[in-house]
Amino acid sequence: MADTDEPMVVDGGSGRSCEWEGRWNHVKKFLERSGPFTHPDFEPSTESMQFLLETCKILVIGAGGLGCELLKDLALSGFRNIHVVDMDTIDVSNLNRQFLFRPKDIGRPKADVAADFINSRIPGCCVVPHFKKIQDLDETFYRQFHIIVCGLDSILARRWMNGMLLSLLAYDDGVLDPSSIIPLIDGGTEGFKGNARVILPGMTACIDCTLELYPPQINFPMCTIASMPRLPEHCVEYVRMLQWPKETPFGDGVVLDGDDPEHIQWVYQRSLERAAEFKITGVTYRLTQGVVKRIIPAVASTNAVIAAACATEVFKLATSAYIPLNNYMVFNDVDGLYTYTFEAERKEDCSACSQVPLDLHFSPTSKLQELLDFLTESASLQMKSPAITATVEGKNKTLYLQSVASIEQRTRPNLSKTLKDLGLSDGQELAVADVTTPQTMLFRLSFAS
Amino acid sequence: MAATKASKEQKYDRQLRLWGDHGQESLENAHVCLINATATGTEILKNLVLPGIGAFTIVDGHTVSGEDVGNNFFLTNNSIGKNRAQAATELLQELNTDVSGNFVEESPDKLLDNDPEFFHRFSIVIGVQLPESTCLRLGSVLWSASVPFFVCKSYGLIGYMRLVVQEHTVIESHPDNALEDLRLFKPFPEFKSHIESYDLDGMDKKDHSHTPWVIIIAKHLEKWLSEHDCQAPKNYKEKEAFRQLIREGILKKENGVPEDEENFEEAIKNVNTALNPTKTPSAVEDLFNSEQCNNITSQSPSFWVMLRAVKEFVLKEGNGSLPVRGSIPDMIADSQKFINLQNVYREKALQDAAAVCKHVESLLQSIGKPPESILEKDIKLFSSSMDNPDSEMVFYLMLRAVDRFYQQHSRYPGVYNYQVEDDISKLKLCVNSLLQEYSLNVNIKDDYIHEFCRYGAAEPHTVAAFLGGSAAQEAIKIISHQFVPFNNTFIYNAMSQTSATLQL
Repeated sequence: MADTDEPMVVDGGSGRSCEWEGRWNHVKKFLERSGPFTHPDFEPSTESMQFLLETCKILVIGAGGLGCELLKDLALSGFRNIHVVDMDTIDVSNLNRQFLFRPKDIGRPKADVAADFINSRIPGCCVVPHFKKIQDLDETFYRQFHIIVCGLDSILARRWMNGMLLSLLAYDDGVLDPSSIIPLIDGGTEGFKGNARVILPGMTACIDCTLELYPPQINFPMCTIASMPRLPEHCVEYVRMLQWPKETPFGDGVVLDGDDPEHIQWVYQRSLERAAEFKITGVTYRLTQGVVKRIIPAVASTNAVIAAACATEVFKLATSAYIPLNNYMVFNDVDGLYTYTFEAERKEDCSACSQVPLDLHFSPTSKLQELLDFLTESASLQMKSPAITATVEGKNKTLYLQSVASIEQRTRPNLSKTLKDLGLSDGQELAVADVTTPQTMLFRLSFAS
Repeated sequence: MAATKASKEQKYDRQLRLWGDHGQESLENAHVCLINATATGTEILKNLVLPGIGAFTIVDGHTVSGEDVGNNFFLTNNSIGKNRAQAATELLQELNTDVSGNFVEESPDKLLDNDPEFFHRFSIVIGVQLPESTCLRLGSVLWSASVPFFVCKSYGLIGYMRLVVQEHTVIESHPDNALEDLRLFKPFPEFKSHIESYDLDGMDKKDHSHTPWVIIIAKHLEKWLSEHDCQAPKNYKEKEAFRQLIREGILKKENGVPEDEENFEEAIKNVNTALNPTKTPSAVEDLFNSEQCNNITSQSPSFWVMLRAVKEFVLKEGNGSLPVRGSIPDMIADSQKFINLQNVYREKALQDAAAVCKHVESLLQSIGKPPESILEKDIKLFSSSMDNPDSEMVFYLMLRAVDRFYQQHSRYPGVYNYQVEDDISKLKLCVNSLLQEYSLNVNIKDDYIHEFCRYGAAEPHTVAAFLGGSAAQEAIKIISHQFVPFNNTFIYNAMSQTSATLQL
């Protein structure tokens, strides 16, 4: 275990078997006593505590606002084998809620610092950090966990995790093997709002089943930004999107860095000028930074509530102590305290979990560009930069791929060709890869009459 | 000094975007008292220390037990045997150097015996896992001192929170779904002349397509009123006809096909909500008719003085309407038209706020207070917010029953395994006597009584943490007078992940 500045004295040299009288009293009552509301599978036993402490393996994704809370909640509920993944380093603006971090930790990887803190504050707990992107880890890694709980800040990452767990599912003659299911508990917060949900991949509604529940991202129309601004935000976007690339104030190819005060100051000044031109008020430094970095307000309390609800569900799933949440809870404390719990339904034709290749209806004279647009603009797919391949005349052909410049250049002309000209036929299978999922998605081309 | 202020702005940036610098200031001037540093207590305090309250004081006479350390992030095993207030203060203080932490190694009952005024100095008192008798004693002391009192408890998988405060006023409620205040029904003179400056029929296409929908509705409303005997569209049929009227106003191409005018589509979409007459909400009317509003004395809190001033405004300059809010939603328009329209509302709002200020001044004068007692910025904030008002109950009863059990047996039911079975019948007696006392004709299933014995007064960390977040945010609302707090009893059920708010 790593060194920390905390002068914590831990009983026993191994650090793994330190206990004291009564330590787990609050937890044991739920494991060793029978009760009227327990899960049908529940059996009171003294062995459940041992399972939690020694065997159960939990993965926490994210060591930020939700992640810090989750690690604490799990550790104090008896979980000891915990891994945490986070690709970020600590920033000063994290400190108002990510309580495992201190000013001296700024710049260090969140996963590392969070693990250190928990391990030294909670004797016996063994949090293993991974300073990585979730996409840098593979299925052998994810397969080892009993339960995965996410405290992510992006829908994209959620969809990726969702896709990963779906890819681990095993089917025997079309019947889902329950031992291949890894439950996914997902928490999300924004200001005073939050939600917690339980996903049993292959069985209950997945992230993509309810994609339309997420509010659309606010992107202002270009004509408003370019010639008809009304709000201070429009002025900032003008400077960010049009003025900065044109004037390259800090050098050629220097990208606008929302964390660089000099950059933000530059944007702020120009935004004020732009605003003055149109007599718009309200441009402040804080607003400028908020727009550039797409900042979402955050407080400790909402994260505490949502993480606690998620951790309770992890406990229920790990111990069968109670029937888990079925399956979505929404929380809002803007006006009083409001929660709403409901069962999100599976989408029959969900692009991620329904296993049925989706039909794409186009005419043979449609251009590939139209197909591409459908993949990115459809509310249920919302792909980012899909790469489309197909088997044409026995050979695997890349129709269009955006992420590698040379291939993009080579395949760009295909976008203005018709599907017929590209050699595609009715019933043809198309394979589509995208950042929103680790697996390739299969579609079936259906030529409309 | 400057460096500290800058780094605080950076550290608190994410929350300043929610409650602003003035909200943060009120937090930093607050002194919170926590009674009992159990897991629930320290979790609540953690969520107040992190956002930077000025100071906290923990009152706790207990010594730390092994069980305490097991579920509490702010107690370690080398503090076993030490006083719990002291041990927890150390690790909570460490969270945020901006906050000043204090502790009193004393039980609240002792303090109430020897020095009840001790509690008067706090902005808010949070009592956790307290027996009913202590709650009642504290409650009466804090009520007469007008100190808000939170009673919180995590009991098994149930979280409970009760707010006890004589009166709490919210100035900025930040309503999520507030209807806009556009005055389309009774346009004030400056708005009316602004509408008149538009000639939809004489405009070129570019201007026509970039006219704000508010103007479009206003113009068509004028037409409608002249054709319908000054009766605005009321029911669905009439609103449909009105929408159709607007649709006919869309420019047409040479072949008769309508142009793509998004601003007209916006107008059509907004017909439903825009045609609601500006009315003073009934909740506000009630406040206007209340004793505190009509009888302003030198003891009246500023809220009531401002409210009275607003009432005077409504009766005089407002001609029956509240001060104009001044903000308008974003809408399709060219910059100039939008800004000009926005300024019409903004200037009226400023005018109205100034009129309210004058009323405040004369009210203050009449009660012998200097005019600076209520700052102008407070009045502006106040005026713009004015126009905007098998269940879990069984767990509440069980919590009361459990308290009764404690009163009778000096312990909670089912703490030790061997007690669980026998305590069920004892707890049932408590439940029944409670129901009888309050003449409640309710049947409480035996399952709940069994479950509450099973809990054995356990305080699982995740329930404590949920309550910790909930209670802390409510406390922040009380301190900052922003956002509406719950009123007045909140119950969280971790078994079903549901909750309820009851007004008891």
